[in-house]
Amino acid sequence: MDLADLYRDLIVDHNRRPRNRGPLASANYRAEGNNPLCGDELHVFVDVDNNIIRELRFEGTGCAISTASASLMSEAVKGKSRAEVAALFDAVHRMLTGAAATTGPELGKLAALGGVREFPARVKCASLCWHTLNAALAGQATPVTTE
Amino acid sequence: MGAVRELKGALDLSRIRSDFPVLARRINNHPLAYLDNAASAQQPAAVIAAVADYARAHHANVHRGVHTLSQEATAMYEGARERVRRFINAASTAELVFVRGTTEAINLVAQSFGRPRLTAGDEIVVSLLEHHSNIVPWQLLCAQTGAQLKVVPIDRRGVVDFDAYLQLLGPRTRIVALAHVSNALGTVLPLAAFLRAARERGIATVVDGAQAVPHLAVDVQALGSDFYAFSAHKMYGPTGIGVLHAREAVLETMPPWQGGGDMILTVSFSGSTWNHLPHRFEAGTPNIGGAVGLGAAIDYLDGVGLARVAAHEHDLLDYATARLTTVPGLSLIGTAPDKTSLVSFAVEGIHPHDLGTVLDSKGVAVRTGHHCAMPVMEYFGVPATTRASFALYNTRDEIDALHAALLDAIRMLR
Repeated sequence: MDLADLYRDLIVDHNRRPRNRGPLASANYRAEGNNPLCGDELHVFVDVDNNIIRELRFEGTGCAISTASASLMSEAVKGKSRAEVAALFDAVHRMLTGAAATTGPELGKLAALGGVREFPARVKCASLCWHTLNAALAGQATPVTTE
Repeated sequence: MGAVRELKGALDLSRIRSDFPVLARRINNHPLAYLDNAASAQQPAAVIAAVADYARAHHANVHRGVHTLSQEATAMYEGARERVRRFINAASTAELVFVRGTTEAINLVAQSFGRPRLTAGDEIVVSLLEHHSNIVPWQLLCAQTGAQLKVVPIDRRGVVDFDAYLQLLGPRTRIVALAHVSNALGTVLPLAAFLRAARERGIATVVDGAQAVPHLAVDVQALGSDFYAFSAHKMYGPTGIGVLHAREAVLETMPPWQGGGDMILTVSFSGSTWNHLPHRFEAGTPNIGGAVGLGAAIDYLDGVGLARVAAHEHDLLDYATARLTTVPGLSLIGTAPDKTSLVSFAVEGIHPHDLGTVLDSKGVAVRTGHHCAMPVMEYFGVPATTRASFALYNTRDEIDALHAALLDAIRMLR
């Protein structure tokens, strides 16, 4: 178990200075994610126009993994279609939970989260934002959880 | 069965540590520093051996066979009950019901004692620092009866407000349910005064003693509690076994809470009659091996001496408090003047789960999260805390390891 593989520089940087954090006035989709055992709470706001994610911002409190994951996600999905976001969700899910390490080029910076799968207790932290985004895009009103 | 022995003066720490096999483990290439004892303490070899010996040589069902093994199993099970009686100075073994743990004990009291008695408008008083297991059973009871839950506030140190408590005790208060020791903050309640005030008003008292029994001598007759509950696994015994102490006069008035074998004297389709105390409240085949393990844990603690345990643990608490307050950005949560040996804390800019992961990579096991005390977290305005809780086998070196790992985490993450 190598801590440096979990807390890679990019993760630490996105935790210290989260990108796209804050409210989004133009949001037409939103959802809430909670991991009550952790005390993690996440709000995701999305501006979708013509099936394209124009903007994604998030608010909440969480650990470094959950904050960095949401920050990286907010950059990764910008300008992508719903179908592309769904494919990215699957790729992230494979990377976090797959039997073998799988980080293809489609992941881009998200590959920095590749070390999480070695820390099973922390997978739920990295995946909370993605499940919350899914819920937002599906118009789900009830909060999601990955616990 | 248990490793009973006389120790003079202070704890012989190296001997104590050698009694606990798991302490020899290395975690992530570091010696294990097990500082999660308030969640569950480790078992000494004497407990492990007693449970194994029961399974190997004496197992049979209890209270129902004339054959030798059944008589041996019954004697071991009831022998454990007698040890529990001595351990908390209960008046008789009829007052001691074996349960799965503290949670089951409180649910038993809520359903068997509370439900037939309470009506709409009655009140149950708890404190803000209760574990969820001393909140939710009462909420369920309130939903069933229309009773109301009243909450005694705490102050910023984590001390329960006694004057506010007295104010809350009203003509409709039927039950007071309090933790003897807070699992999230370590606060020790001056329980005798709280219980006396309730008793003087004819209010039934329920005590969650899960965090108290491993650290301080409990005398239920001196306390005068109607109900006192605790779990074996917090005091070096196995999981899945615990005790509800109830005054006999109270227990006599309560209907059974689960039906089945062992809790009846006779069964017919025109009606059944209930067994004597405490068996009336132990439906079905009990956790016999668990009770044997609890008995062995009591023997072990008796052998070491609770006073000596408490002295050692207080030394660890003082040392940990002094060390941790030098960590930049660390704030202690729970600073009551009378505390058991645990430190709950927040480190500025670092989430408890990141701390927990970094500490684990150094072999240091702590608890992170809300500690099943979400109202406490809300009061202090934190989503979660990190908690290091100490037991009789912990050392100052392990607190140094915790301290060093915290500095590593800060270097890495802040």
